Amino acid sequence: MTVFKKQVRIALRNCGVIDPEQIEDAIACDAYFALGKCLTTYSPDEVISEIKTSGLRGRGGGGFPTGLKWEITKNVESDQKYVVCNADEGDPGAFMDRSILEGDPHSVLEAMAICGYCIGANTGLIYIRAEYPLAIQRLKIAIKQAEEYGLLGDNILGSGFDFKIEMRYGAGAFVCGEETALIHSMEGLRGEPTVKPPFPSVSGYLGKPTNVNNVETFANIPVIINKGAKWFSRIGTEKSKGTKVFALAGKINNVGLIEVPMGTTLREVVYEIGGGIVNGKKFKSVQTGGPSGGCLTKDFLDTPIDYDNLVAAGSMMGSGGMIVMDEDDCMVSIAKFYLEFTLEESCGKCNPCRIGNKRLHEILTKITEGNGTVEDIERLKVLSDVIKDTSLCGLGQSSPNPVLSTIANFEDEYMAHVKEEKCPAGQCKSLLRYDIVEDLCTGCTLCFRNCPVGAITGERRLPHFIDQSLCIKCGVCFEKCKFDAITLT
Amino acid sequence: MDTINLTIDNKTIVVNKGTSILEAAAEVGIEIPTLCHMKLHDLNIENKPGGCRICVVEVEGRRNLAPACCTDAHDGMEISTHSLRVVNARRTVMELILSDHPFECLICAKSGNCDLQDMAHQLGIREVHYKGEQSHYRADTSPAIIREIDKCIMCRRCETMCNDVQTVGVLSAINRGFNSVVSPAFEMNLDHSECTYCGQCVAVCPTGALTEVDETGKVIRALADSTKTVVVQTAPAVRAALGEEFGLEPGTLVTGKLVAALRRLGFNYVFDTDFAADLTIMEEGTELLNRLNRFLSGDKDVKLPILTSCCPAWVKFFEHQFPDMKDIPSTARSPMQMFGAIAKTYFAEKLAVKREDLVVVSIMPCVAKKYERGRDEFKVNGNPDVDHVITTRELAALIKLSNIDFNALPNEEFDNPLGESSGAGVIFGTTGGVIEAAVRTAYEIQTKKELPRLDFDELRGMEGIREATIDFDGLPIKIGIAHGLGNARKLLEDIQAGKSEFHAIEIMSCPGGCIGGGGQPYHHGDASILKKRQMAIYREDSNKAIRKSHENPYIINLYKEFLGEPMSEKAHHLLHTQYFDRTEKVKI
Repeated sequence: MTVFKKQVRIALRNCGVIDPEQIEDAIACDAYFALGKCLTTYSPDEVISEIKTSGLRGRGGGGFPTGLKWEITKNVESDQKYVVCNADEGDPGAFMDRSILEGDPHSVLEAMAICGYCIGANTGLIYIRAEYPLAIQRLKIAIKQAEEYGLLGDNILGSGFDFKIEMRYGAGAFVCGEETALIHSMEGLRGEPTVKPPFPSVSGYLGKPTNVNNVETFANIPVIINKGAKWFSRIGTEKSKGTKVFALAGKINNVGLIEVPMGTTLREVVYEIGGGIVNGKKFKSVQTGGPSGGCLTKDFLDTPIDYDNLVAAGSMMGSGGMIVMDEDDCMVSIAKFYLEFTLEESCGKCNPCRIGNKRLHEILTKITEGNGTVEDIERLKVLSDVIKDTSLCGLGQSSPNPVLSTIANFEDEYMAHVKEEKCPAGQCKSLLRYDIVEDLCTGCTLCFRNCPVGAITGERRLPHFIDQSLCIKCGVCFEKCKFDAITLT
Repeated sequence: MDTINLTIDNKTIVVNKGTSILEAAAEVGIEIPTLCHMKLHDLNIENKPGGCRICVVEVEGRRNLAPACCTDAHDGMEISTHSLRVVNARRTVMELILSDHPFECLICAKSGNCDLQDMAHQLGIREVHYKGEQSHYRADTSPAIIREIDKCIMCRRCETMCNDVQTVGVLSAINRGFNSVVSPAFEMNLDHSECTYCGQCVAVCPTGALTEVDETGKVIRALADSTKTVVVQTAPAVRAALGEEFGLEPGTLVTGKLVAALRRLGFNYVFDTDFAADLTIMEEGTELLNRLNRFLSGDKDVKLPILTSCCPAWVKFFEHQFPDMKDIPSTARSPMQMFGAIAKTYFAEKLAVKREDLVVVSIMPCVAKKYERGRDEFKVNGNPDVDHVITTRELAALIKLSNIDFNALPNEEFDNPLGESSGAGVIFGTTGGVIEAAVRTAYEIQTKKELPRLDFDELRGMEGIREATIDFDGLPIKIGIAHGLGNARKLLEDIQAGKSEFHAIEIMSCPGGCIGGGGQPYHHGDASILKKRQMAIYREDSNKAIRKSHENPYIINLYKEFLGEPMSEKAHHLLHTQYFDRTEKVKI
């Protein structure tokens, strides 16, 4: 099938293949083989060197080189260190982490132990949102089974290395995906970020050096150890190695999780794997990078997807959300939708994010309601730049991206809203106008009888009229009219 | 220490490693504006959440702007504090803050004293380009503190004071996004919390979000009521700070002018809480010696150390946090309440005035006193011993309202019989003062010898926790001192764990003691002001003819005429109190 032809499964290798509640199934698929190899054959430095050579970068969004992160944490002297798995997946529509944890929990446990071995930590913590009950249940089973097999706990595989894993539950705050906020939440404090430095690798959980990696990042580790860094680094582009899982959604025929080599083009994803746009409509944009990402136009369809290309195009990798939009989507509304999300998920600590995003959202609302001005578009740009420039954490520093990228790529749509008071995609209700064409109206009174607000007047068998000041643009008249006498502009 | 070189606004500077950009800039005379940041030197208190983003600066090679307060300077950094990019960002952030702030400056309690107002002026904001929804929250009025949270700018200073410094933990940020705000848990009211009303949140709030309950109106009405006799008492720390409200240097003593002003305001009798402080020493000192001597004679039931009980916030603190230890503090009422009880009995009898017709007003450096005066145990048939409490700030407002040219006032003397005090009574206003005053009296009563010296430098200072051993003529008395409730907590935990070796401990809730009280003129983050007030207090002490409480002739006379002796039944009834377990009261 085309949908699978272009995919390469590393992180998702065992999902749907093994019974995640049977460790034997996982072991049959090489689980804990890499851990054994590390503990018996490699020094921590050799493992870190292997990860560095592989070119693996953080899959949570930042794209920081994983091996380097491990090395920094290893080099900090401390009596106690921690490995933290960030399973606070929060991007709307993204569920790759959940899939991995539900389908192959051992790959994450194994990788955390390998990380612990490398950095000198004997405790791992999985910070997972409480909204993932199945993932939590399967992780608990997996931890128990791994302990029973001596693959976690004291003296793993007789190597003298101890590693235990505990769970910590989040309450579903998006900002807790930011590592300092995540750590504060684990400490029982309010989940809000603090200024970096100090980075968690120096001062993290309970003030101790802490290595935080995302679920998908961890899921890649055993494969890199088993198949070698060289094998892994052959996949992908020059600076982005391996594969990336994307949550494909929106106006596309095949939706769901896909895993493709870095460097795959958006066109391949949209038209080959995704099977093209629903109902044969015209492709308009693809939004990548979750709520803080950007909207790319058809001009970027042939751009190979990797960390740097997406940033250069004004978007980002993020955790891998990919939402496809067609000609019926209004880009101003899309920007407003994403901002609504970040607005609610801002921790409120810093002013530009707490108040700035609110003001951006209000200006966008004004535009979609037909009250915007050209100056408002300028103000959006200026304010967006300041929010990016002054916000405390990654959330605020990227929250205006949907606004900036839609203005950059679809400025004509914004202009249509403010200058012509028209929504080209026909999505902004306030900008719609229903009219009755006198010549076509038979005076059947169907619209008159169905209008919920009494905006239509007229005598039987005579043309009817819509009072624009009363019309709520519900579209009932348009649907009911049997003579196509009602126009929508 | 390692040093680093950097340039700020083209000025080259060498600073120690670990210096923040803000501090480095200050060293070359560049004051980067800040709003949420607050550093109280000497007290070891710092608030730098990095949230206001007013102090952002441009660092060459850095992607985004850096908050100067919480970014360390690095070798080779090139920093601009007023580039176009910085100024634009700073003003935009300020406009955003103002866009969610009520424009009520003209009628705001904080007008003229508001850091936000000053910053808007400093940044030259003439228009707010971003308009939209403003946050609205329910106002919360407690017996002492008003929370007008619409005015909160999330600087988190109050949180730092409440959680880190006082370890009370009532105030913290709640909710997300635009709705985030600082509040007690579940948006409960303060009076349904463990709040001690210490007022340190009020003392540091940069806006009008946290203010004291204003009682000046009630005082004005009492003064205008010809059927009432209105007496006023002023706490020791007031005279060392009130001058600041009239442009005088911090640390200027204004005792004489204060008395003159109160007389011109129309109070019938101007008395001194310092008198009652001397009385407190008589009671508390006697209690200390009783307990000590029983302890020394082998009484196993006696509880030591004895803890001072002058501070109402401290009393509420242990009633909530350490109810199992409520029999350890002295049972002596605070000087303010002792004054009220004596005024409405002894003095009322002297005047032949009914207690209902005698109004007692207190001028306090404290907002918790507003709460304390309302406690049921300090009322007789519903009539409180102290009717109204106004803070140093409220008194200043009252003086200004009454067209009194404070600085031109002559120095006047307190009235008698409740106006005379010893130097021991004065030093109640600073950390270490109560216990030093107690030592001066307890020593002489215990040893029956005259003190060889009156200044106990070992008890003075600004260290959060201090300890000293005072030689009571061969008997070493171990004394502990804590100011700030977080420090108090440490000493209490030691007592709980049986590790404490102190005989007596003085505790004051506010950093610095009453001189740093929540009702004092705002220090705006300059802790050196507290030190100056402290020096003034000690100066007043050393200028006094009488410096030991038990030598105050009016105290001697009060016992002779009215109370009998310290800890007598009458004294017990009027001057002592009991404590309550308050844990149940705040259960949610």
